[in-house]
Amino acid sequence: MTPPDANVFSETPLVRRKRREEALAKWIFCAMSALMILPLVLIIGYLFERAWPSLSLGFLLEVPTRGMRAGGVWPAFVGTIYLVFLSLAVSAPIGILAAVYLNEYARDNWLNRLINLAVINLAGVPSIVHALFGLGAFVYAARFGYSIISASLTLAIMTLPVIIASTREALASVPRSFREACWNVGATRWQTIRSVVLPNAISGILTGVILQVSRAAGETAPIMFTGAVFFKAVQKGDLFPYSLHDQCMALSMHLYTLSTQVPDVQESIPFATAVVLLGSVLLVNAAAIALRVYLRSRKKW
Amino acid sequence: MSAPVQSSIATRNLNLWYGSFQALINVTVDIKDGLITALIGPSGCGKTTLLRCFNRVNERYGYVTTTGEIKILGKNIYDPDVSLIELRKSVGMVFQRPNPLPISVYENVVFGLRIHSERSQLKRSLLDEAVETSLREVGLWEDLKDRLDTKATGLQLEQQQKLCIARLLPLKPRVILMDEPCSALDVEGTRAIEELMFGLKGRYTILIVTHNMAQARRASDECIFMLLGEMVEHARTEKLFLNPADPRTAEYIEGRYG
Repeated sequence: MTPPDANVFSETPLVRRKRREEALAKWIFCAMSALMILPLVLIIGYLFERAWPSLSLGFLLEVPTRGMRAGGVWPAFVGTIYLVFLSLAVSAPIGILAAVYLNEYARDNWLNRLINLAVINLAGVPSIVHALFGLGAFVYAARFGYSIISASLTLAIMTLPVIIASTREALASVPRSFREACWNVGATRWQTIRSVVLPNAISGILTGVILQVSRAAGETAPIMFTGAVFFKAVQKGDLFPYSLHDQCMALSMHLYTLSTQVPDVQESIPFATAVVLLGSVLLVNAAAIALRVYLRSRKKW
Repeated sequence: MSAPVQSSIATRNLNLWYGSFQALINVTVDIKDGLITALIGPSGCGKTTLLRCFNRVNERYGYVTTTGEIKILGKNIYDPDVSLIELRKSVGMVFQRPNPLPISVYENVVFGLRIHSERSQLKRSLLDEAVETSLREVGLWEDLKDRLDTKATGLQLEQQQKLCIARLLPLKPRVILMDEPCSALDVEGTRAIEELMFGLKGRYTILIVTHNMAQARRASDECIFMLLGEMVEHARTEKLFLNPADPRTAEYIEGRYG
């Protein structure tokens, strides 16, 4: 045996300095991540504090009265639900199927690359431009008028590229070996997609779709141009107050008009509207996370 | 004759668990200084696990428990005063797939020097010299001396693997661990790496894990045969292949299993 050398592998001053730098770096990174929590807590705390006088179940279910200066947000709440679900009902199937084609069937040729480029660029178009497009295409050209259907279609166009992108990511995360196993017993591509790819990608796909709920619910510009209005007379608690060709109220639009167009509004009402908007979006996101956790727990790899 | 050959790595009753699965069972082995020692055995016998113990890579995974003693150069590497940074500086590792960093050939070779030295000590001439010495030692200098600034990831696999070995040398390691360094290479590449190992022998203790029994036979001085986490036999390579002491070794070498 070599005689034990006391100094072998022991710390040199340089190593000590590197360890100090390491600790510092780790601390800074950790602090930055912790800082993420701060704005969220502040926003929510501030909103609730200012909204407190108006918050009640009644605020959600009542219709606005006295020129928006009293009452609740029911018509706007229902309108937002209409818009979100209709737009996703259009964009989710198209987006998912397109993503399946792009990821599973399409070869890497110029057309595919062009589509990719289009998807990326469409995702980057500002919402006000989508609004103008919706106005021209759906309100005038397609003669839907200012209506829920025009607004929903505009929102659908806006959410489509992100759904395609997130679905493709979910599909790409399914291991290639699963597909090879299928192909090697003679399954067609469609059989492979149906029996192996989609079941394993579904959690990612759904998450991507549901996260678009918050975007569709929050955007004001596209619906302001195409179908959302300042006020619409609705019965309290009416679940189906709008038909597809009606105009509707929406929470984001309601918040905007309350805070900019109506004089002498009690301060807590716009904040309470914001709480309802934020609350419904967070609720949907929480549902998405729960669904993802459930579907992930069934994944066995 | 010179003094008796010293051991540079010695383990005593080394046990290792992945969670509740015991991957190494009472491994006690002395690996001699300056020789090429091959670790052979069927898949899952713990060869790679043993190799990875020697520069404490295993413990990065939280569920690994280790007991026993590993002495490298006479120092137990699990002692609290051992600096991982210094340990890994002296115990280098070459992986199955060549993993050059996506930077130039030159920067790959001096990477270790840069992270282990004060900036003020790094004279350009010193770095240049280290690059030339290391690349000459692995036989890449003639091929690459005119394109040291090309990206290392663009080289041929064989050159990449040689470069990965060259990357260890400026730090003057004492031990080089190789985890199936030739399995991604063709015949020519394998031969080149084996010749390189012979060239390095004597100055470095080389430990190589291999699935290829023929390679172990032609490219090592000593051989360790492992089975199901235990060390079965450790002998001179000729002896282990021609006259194995343990019947399990004999059957493995005949190709009865594994």
